[in-house]
Amino acid sequence: MTTSSKPLAFILHASGTNRDHDAVQALELAGARTEIIHLNRLRRGERTLDEAQLLLLPGGFSYGDALGAGRLMALDLQTYFAEALRAFVASGKPVIGICNGFQALVKADLLPGWGDAPRAASLVNNQTGRFECRWVTLAADPNSVCVWTRGLRQPIRCPVAHGEGRFVLREPVYLERLRACGQIALTYSDGSNPNGSVADIAGVCNPEGNVLGLMPHPENHIYDWQSPAYHQDRYRAETTGRTGGLGLALFETGLAYLKEKGLC
Amino acid sequence: MHSRIALTPYTELDVRGESLVQSAQTLGIGSLRSAHVSDLYFVRGALSPQQLADLCDRVLADPAAHAVTVGLSSARSVGYAAHYLHGVEVAFLLGVMDPLALQLERAALQLGLPAIEVATGTRYELFGDLSTAQLLLLAERLLCNTTIQRYALGSIEPLFNVSERSTTRVEAVRLSGLDEAALAALSKTRLLSLSADEMRAIQTEFDRLQRAPTDVELETLAQTWSEHCVHKTFKALIEYTNEQGQVEIIDGLLASTIRKATETIAAPWVRSAFVDNAGIIAFDDKWDLSFKVETHNHPSALEPFGGANTGVGGVIRDIMGVSARPIAVTDVLCFGPQNLSFDQLPAGTLHPRRVKEGVVAGIQDYGNKLGLPTVAGAVYYDPGYTANPLVFAGCVGIAPRDSHPTGAQNGDYVIVIGGRTGRDGLHGATFSSDALAHNISQIVGTAVQIGNPITQKDVMEVVIRARDAKLYTAITDCGAGGLSSAVGEMAYQSNGVEVELALVRLKYVGLQPWEIWLSEAQERMVLAVNPAQWAAFQALCNDWDVEATRIGTFTDTGRLIVRYAGDVVADLSLAFMKNGLPRLHLKAQWTPDSTLPALPAEGESPADCLLRLLSDPNNASKEDIIRRYDHEVRGGTVIKPMTGSGPSDGTVIKPLETPEHNMGFVLAVGVGSDLTRNDPVCEAINNVIAAGADPNRIAVLDNFCWGDPRDPVQLGTLVTAAQRAVESAQFHKTPFISGKDSLNNMYVGLDGVRHNIPGTLVISAIGIIPDVTRAVTMSLKRPGNKLYVVEALSFGDYEALHMAMQQNLIAACHDVSDGGIAAAVAEMCIAAELGARIVRTPLEDSLANEIQPIPASIADADRLFDPMSDRFIIEVSDEVQFKRIFETADDDGKTVSMAICIGEVVTEPRFTLALSADQAPLIDLPVSELTAAFTRQGKYSAA
Repeated sequence: MTTSSKPLAFILHASGTNRDHDAVQALELAGARTEIIHLNRLRRGERTLDEAQLLLLPGGFSYGDALGAGRLMALDLQTYFAEALRAFVASGKPVIGICNGFQALVKADLLPGWGDAPRAASLVNNQTGRFECRWVTLAADPNSVCVWTRGLRQPIRCPVAHGEGRFVLREPVYLERLRACGQIALTYSDGSNPNGSVADIAGVCNPEGNVLGLMPHPENHIYDWQSPAYHQDRYRAETTGRTGGLGLALFETGLAYLKEKGLC
Repeated sequence: MHSRIALTPYTELDVRGESLVQSAQTLGIGSLRSAHVSDLYFVRGALSPQQLADLCDRVLADPAAHAVTVGLSSARSVGYAAHYLHGVEVAFLLGVMDPLALQLERAALQLGLPAIEVATGTRYELFGDLSTAQLLLLAERLLCNTTIQRYALGSIEPLFNVSERSTTRVEAVRLSGLDEAALAALSKTRLLSLSADEMRAIQTEFDRLQRAPTDVELETLAQTWSEHCVHKTFKALIEYTNEQGQVEIIDGLLASTIRKATETIAAPWVRSAFVDNAGIIAFDDKWDLSFKVETHNHPSALEPFGGANTGVGGVIRDIMGVSARPIAVTDVLCFGPQNLSFDQLPAGTLHPRRVKEGVVAGIQDYGNKLGLPTVAGAVYYDPGYTANPLVFAGCVGIAPRDSHPTGAQNGDYVIVIGGRTGRDGLHGATFSSDALAHNISQIVGTAVQIGNPITQKDVMEVVIRARDAKLYTAITDCGAGGLSSAVGEMAYQSNGVEVELALVRLKYVGLQPWEIWLSEAQERMVLAVNPAQWAAFQALCNDWDVEATRIGTFTDTGRLIVRYAGDVVADLSLAFMKNGLPRLHLKAQWTPDSTLPALPAEGESPADCLLRLLSDPNNASKEDIIRRYDHEVRGGTVIKPMTGSGPSDGTVIKPLETPEHNMGFVLAVGVGSDLTRNDPVCEAINNVIAAGADPNRIAVLDNFCWGDPRDPVQLGTLVTAAQRAVESAQFHKTPFISGKDSLNNMYVGLDGVRHNIPGTLVISAIGIIPDVTRAVTMSLKRPGNKLYVVEALSFGDYEALHMAMQQNLIAACHDVSDGGIAAAVAEMCIAAELGARIVRTPLEDSLANEIQPIPASIADADRLFDPMSDRFIIEVSDEVQFKRIFETADDDGKTVSMAICIGEVVTEPRFTLALSADQAPLIDLPVSELTAAFTRQGKYSAA
């Protein structure tokens, strides 16, 4: 594939963003071109969102997570980029928010994205009361409308690293609505829920399926050797090649969707 | 007038309240039934009620998470009688860094609202039958740290940073004619931490100049000459009475031991040792790695969160100070026993549990927010650290070779970037160079700072880009001593500097010139920028929202000239600053090592001894700490700090910057003290080798934390520790590349008695691994594989082990340390949930019998628990190939091996150890029991 035919992904950087380089690696390995764009440059109009075919909001601690994780980045999105984001989402192009990016998407009300029920969800302190860094197993819901997880059969193994990742809903009935609309894209499986999220929810999408937010870090499992299982398994004669569960699959699925829809 | 806003999480989401109830129980307050915690924001400014509501709605409201109350919040109706409900509120003292307040102020401007001032606080609603005395106890011991905060029973009135009238007074301090006692007294009252000799040198210099020094000059010299900054003890002339009673003269401990070892070993890949802010080694053809470890002990004793927080921030800036991108963080922590009763707590000190909680939270906050994996470390508990905990923070960085400029030129601008300057951290360098007294927090209330990691994250991004664009000619971090130390150091490069303090951007007005000059406000770097690059540098800073201020110019006049609003407030000769410090003369006395308790203890079975050692806080799992640090960010952590539930020896990192090859590096630490008498150099080196590091590519850092160097016994143990460290480094052909000592770690109680900490040496090792996909973990892998003990009697044995690892012949490797081979094998079982069968097999070869680790008789069971240095337990995946490497012929043609088979991996999760094949095992325990002990579950949780 020539460089020009590769889709261009913007990775948004706010003060305190830190997993932007990890996201670059994952997207490039999956077949995208990437650019890390500081929000200041978007604000000044040096670049515009519509130049990109894919948008990624990476992990980190935007503005130090002051006033709630992702809250002030959400304020930026709402204050400066509300219209541009709306247009981007409406065009059907894929958007993904990971960890702090997920928190920002939820707090900017882009997720779960219900016009008739604003601020339906939040991400709050982990049930343990502590930051948790550990590997989890994620199952993709086959009934989800999410374009990032369609057809993902093998569970994804990747780390979480967050203190405010407990997904909560304002009203208990919203859980049924999420299910009914196919918006629960990813759940923690094998009892690996690290934060007490309702219904083991690890990632949700908008009703259209092109905006995904998730707490875990699939971008940190794009090579076999990043997994703790790799070292345990590599001496067993019966396992060869990939140890499986690569988070890379998620990014590949998102890019495949772009191509299929002719969006790049 | 101000408005008060409370954010109260819904009860089922209030995890802070839950943990508070548990903590109260440890204070003996069982009557606290429940607690609820709200965040408070106090807003002052010209906001209309509608604007205030708008601010709440758009920035603070989160209806799925918490309720927002504007105005005084009333008690909730939860079915308790009113007198069961108590409110305690906590807010910061004036001048303490409050990142939350700054962000809310910024958000108001972003919304187009009038400028506001914000103060933050926390409200604790406590339910239960609590007396006022109990409430005060909770407030003082759990809720509030009076070094940086204050509290009120009921509701608190916030303090806003008021604009004081600037005094800008410069005082001349008369020294002329003062005698020794008067000079010493002056040093004490001004917190200079200078000796009478040193004061005398200053007096003589200013008598020669026929004037009195200004307070700015005196403070500058005190910082420049502090133990913290110049390490005078390590440069002192020491009269050492050795073991044989003979007097040796040690002409500088650093030069005659540590540095000499590095020179002797002369490793060609060492790029910089003991010169820059960090030690630097070559990584691959293009990149260098830098490594630095710092201590932040006294600040962490007073304010554990802020102390550890800024300790990490400081060492990260050391790495930025060699123009490298920080990529990993390490931490070694020494605390008092966690179960210490409050009656045994020395006056004026925080409980070790609270110190640990705060320190870990502080490291977590800084490392995680900077996006750096915190990957290696150790935790040590001993009563000797109760009043004076130790916090060693380390940072590794990566930079393209030869990209770090170190030549400020005459005419270059002096540029300060990052955080603003306030009254925080005054006298940090001098305060850390003295003993901790029981009333220290009243004396140096301003010595402790809170960090603002996000400011530093932006500064970090600017520095890397400025380096790549070659926009500066020199850089250093603003640490101890503040601008006085940073600008002073750089001034030696061009041989002079002139600074105008009125240009320094302040957090608030009212600082006196010496305070601006000495402030240790965090997140600042000083750079030398050529005037031609200044515009480009400013533009870059602007892109990243980093403030950059020009405060002066480097010169070549040989003088440090400081002005305030045009008036000269300091004019010092650089030569005097550098060379005027009189050399210290000290006495040291050898003392015999302390004896260690026998293992197993009298009447204890080997199995019980093993379980006790595994569950000892010093050996047990550190998972509760490790998981709070992000050790995965950057995606390069190949071997994690934990392997399953087991403790990894070394952590293996693959830098993001070098995807074109499989090389990486390994990090590990070794901790030695007066009490353990182990060899920390060997331990650190073995740990990195166990994970796969090339023994020919390892470098180490030393951090000595000791008590009073004027006490000959203390200095004697320091000398011994330095000599042993050097001996071990030479055996391992491993150079030291950086070091930092922290002395005067002692506590002076109400009784006036000095309590020195146990002398503690932390060694941090960094080693290169040629292929990270062949890194070796410590967990057992495959039933049927044989287990061997390898003893490295010579350097060649390490090379053989490494070769076997790179050939994929070794499935698991674990360094033998505390708890001996019994604990090592047990940990390998725990990590994999597989079993091990260990049996003594008689050996014909006499050399092998000498190193045979499994005793023939139960009378020698202590050998199982001996923390023998230089031993590894390995699981061999290809025995035939393995033997080819490890077996050689001796002089008589007989086969000898440095590796002795001790057993095998078994499927059944059970650890058995027998003294011969036909005897019942001496140890026979299910792995679940070992795991319970190691993770301190069930009956092991109390210890």
